[in-house]
Amino acid sequence: MKIYLDNNATTIVDPYVFDEMEPFFVQKYGNPNSLHYFASETHAPLKEAMQKIYAGIHAPEEDSVVITSCATESNNWVFKSIYNEYVITGKKNHIIISEVEHPSIIATAKYLENLGCNVTYLPINHEGIIEADMVRDYITDKTALVSIMWANNETGAIFPVQEIGDICAEKDVLFHTDAVQAIGKTPVDVQSFNVDYLTMSAHKFHGPKGVGALYMKKGKELTPLLHGGSQMGGYRSGTLNVAGIVGMGKAMEQAIDALDFEMSDIRELRDHFEEELLKIPDTFVVTPREKRTPNTILISFRGIEGESMLWDLNRSGIAASTGSACASEDLESNPVMEAIGAEADLAHTAIRFSLSRYTTEEEIEFTLAVVKEAVDRLRGISSSYAYAPEGHESGLEAH
Amino acid sequence: MGMDSLIGGTIWDEYSQKVTDLMNNPKNMGEITEDQAKTMGAKLIVADFGAESCGDAVRLYWAVDPKTDRILESKFKSFGCGTAIASSDTMAELCRGKTVDEAVKITNIDVEHAMRDNPDTPAVPPQKMHCSVMAYDVIKKAAAQYKGVDIESFEQEFIVCECARVSLSTLREVIRLNELTTVEQITDYTKAGAFCKSCIRPGGHEEKDIYLVDLLEEYEKEKISKAADASASGADASFAEMTLVQKIKAVDKVVDDNIRQMLVMDGGDMEILDIKENGVNIDIYIRYLGACSGCASSATGTLFAIENILKEKLDQNIRVLPI
Repeated sequence: MKIYLDNNATTIVDPYVFDEMEPFFVQKYGNPNSLHYFASETHAPLKEAMQKIYAGIHAPEEDSVVITSCATESNNWVFKSIYNEYVITGKKNHIIISEVEHPSIIATAKYLENLGCNVTYLPINHEGIIEADMVRDYITDKTALVSIMWANNETGAIFPVQEIGDICAEKDVLFHTDAVQAIGKTPVDVQSFNVDYLTMSAHKFHGPKGVGALYMKKGKELTPLLHGGSQMGGYRSGTLNVAGIVGMGKAMEQAIDALDFEMSDIRELRDHFEEELLKIPDTFVVTPREKRTPNTILISFRGIEGESMLWDLNRSGIAASTGSACASEDLESNPVMEAIGAEADLAHTAIRFSLSRYTTEEEIEFTLAVVKEAVDRLRGISSSYAYAPEGHESGLEAH
Repeated sequence: MGMDSLIGGTIWDEYSQKVTDLMNNPKNMGEITEDQAKTMGAKLIVADFGAESCGDAVRLYWAVDPKTDRILESKFKSFGCGTAIASSDTMAELCRGKTVDEAVKITNIDVEHAMRDNPDTPAVPPQKMHCSVMAYDVIKKAAAQYKGVDIESFEQEFIVCECARVSLSTLREVIRLNELTTVEQITDYTKAGAFCKSCIRPGGHEEKDIYLVDLLEEYEKEKISKAADASASGADASFAEMTLVQKIKAVDKVVDDNIRQMLVMDGGDMEILDIKENGVNIDIYIRYLGACSGCASSATGTLFAIENILKEKLDQNIRVLPI
């Protein structure tokens, strides 16, 4: 059995999405910006897809949802355009982000820091959440942009985007949110929230890879990152990814249709999974369940290094993830675990399970059995639970 | 860089079959109790290294025959990833049957080599080499405990890159001999910095006392101070303050580099006879040789050219006087 519980990394493409995209490879392959029939037959499907994407985040038609190649591009675009507009010109020089943003935000902010921009990295609290008041405390008259993710990829923690948006509006500071982990998991509405820019990515909600989008509120449009043939209203040049856009549109429609299911049934399945996992002694989760996206669990098994756990899961066909030591190339412990101030000896033990609407009860039951077996085996190997003779001074604690 | 680095890959695919097998079924995993050691007539040694908070920890158990110092039994327990567990297992295996003194000579490189499927293919990807270092360190700790000595007494030299076991003295020597200026060059020459990369600069997996960038900076500073010494004693120092010998050498060099060729082309040459200070002026007495002697221009154009070059290169107060 192959079980995919790494849906915060990427998702299976919904078969309906795939069907919808298929004609645009071999049959309707025209460039939408040509004049002939091959172009015009793509226009209606593109328009329909765009309407679905707009509807998915409740964006009014006067605003712009510009299709990009990925969320990383969208995030880079916001930061680099703000830099060009405000920092180079000397108008403002300060950006506020959280310390647990996606690398495409953190790395871009660090890049701009090297170019002379000031960046504040807001810490999360013990529940793994950014407190909105903190944003207020750090905004100055030099602050050009606040960028706080809607939901965190590691813990699933949902951040107070509404309050932060209100504070930014009150202080007249631009507000961007990376909503990659929120679409299809929690209601996303740019009209009832004060959001100026919003990033999304199709492959996180059962769409294809290689398509993302950036929402820009009317009057807050950014200068382009990619210059060229003036596609996407001149905001983002490059031949339209017709199949990708069509796929993203369908994926968005499916995600919105399935939102209730995700928030009830998948949440229930996740909660059951989590409750059963927590019955294993010495296990810990981070953010309270009600403050998380309905599909995510970040859980620590004391005494078991994260990669070892992934290894045993993988042997049984189960895919999960860890940002902690050894599993990733940079060998650093899970940044969220560090940020929430988890006990130091748990920093390398976090495992993330992320479900989707395709996850079944059967898969969860099978996974539970495998996890229990793996915990027994790996704690059997672990020095954390090992015998020491009387009077042995353990050298393992203080290091 | 290049194609291989563009897509990346899963590090698990780079584990040798031996590493994979040991992770799945560690052979030397376990404990030795006081009672078990007693039954063997052995002394129990339990040594710890690493910490869960750092991502790797190992506890090594030895039953050592006090009469022969031989390790009769060797077991481990480990908190860590697959390569940490496989390295610990291999380390425990390598210890068994050796005397404590022999065991101390086992290095992380021996551990890594023992896990290879074939001699030329590394058992683990570069960033996993540090796991085998832990296996090496815990042996020394166990030996120190057995002998009742300080762990430092086993360190023959100061190691900067533990993964590749490159010492401070080796690095200093290689950097100077080959005039290295970048970390990449150091890695090419010594393999230091090729693995977990902690030793390159602060901020890696482990904190170090000395980083490769420090050694490069040290060499850079040394070069600058050497250059300063050289200029204080040589060509760039004020010409007027040079000794006579230095002045003649300096003028000779300018003549060789900038003037002689011009004269030789016309079948002539020149030599320096003397240099004398005359008030603020520095008079350089020369003699034309070959075609130059008797040439009309030797008292006008050619002379002015020689004088101007020497003025520009050495001192504005130079006068050139042909004899």
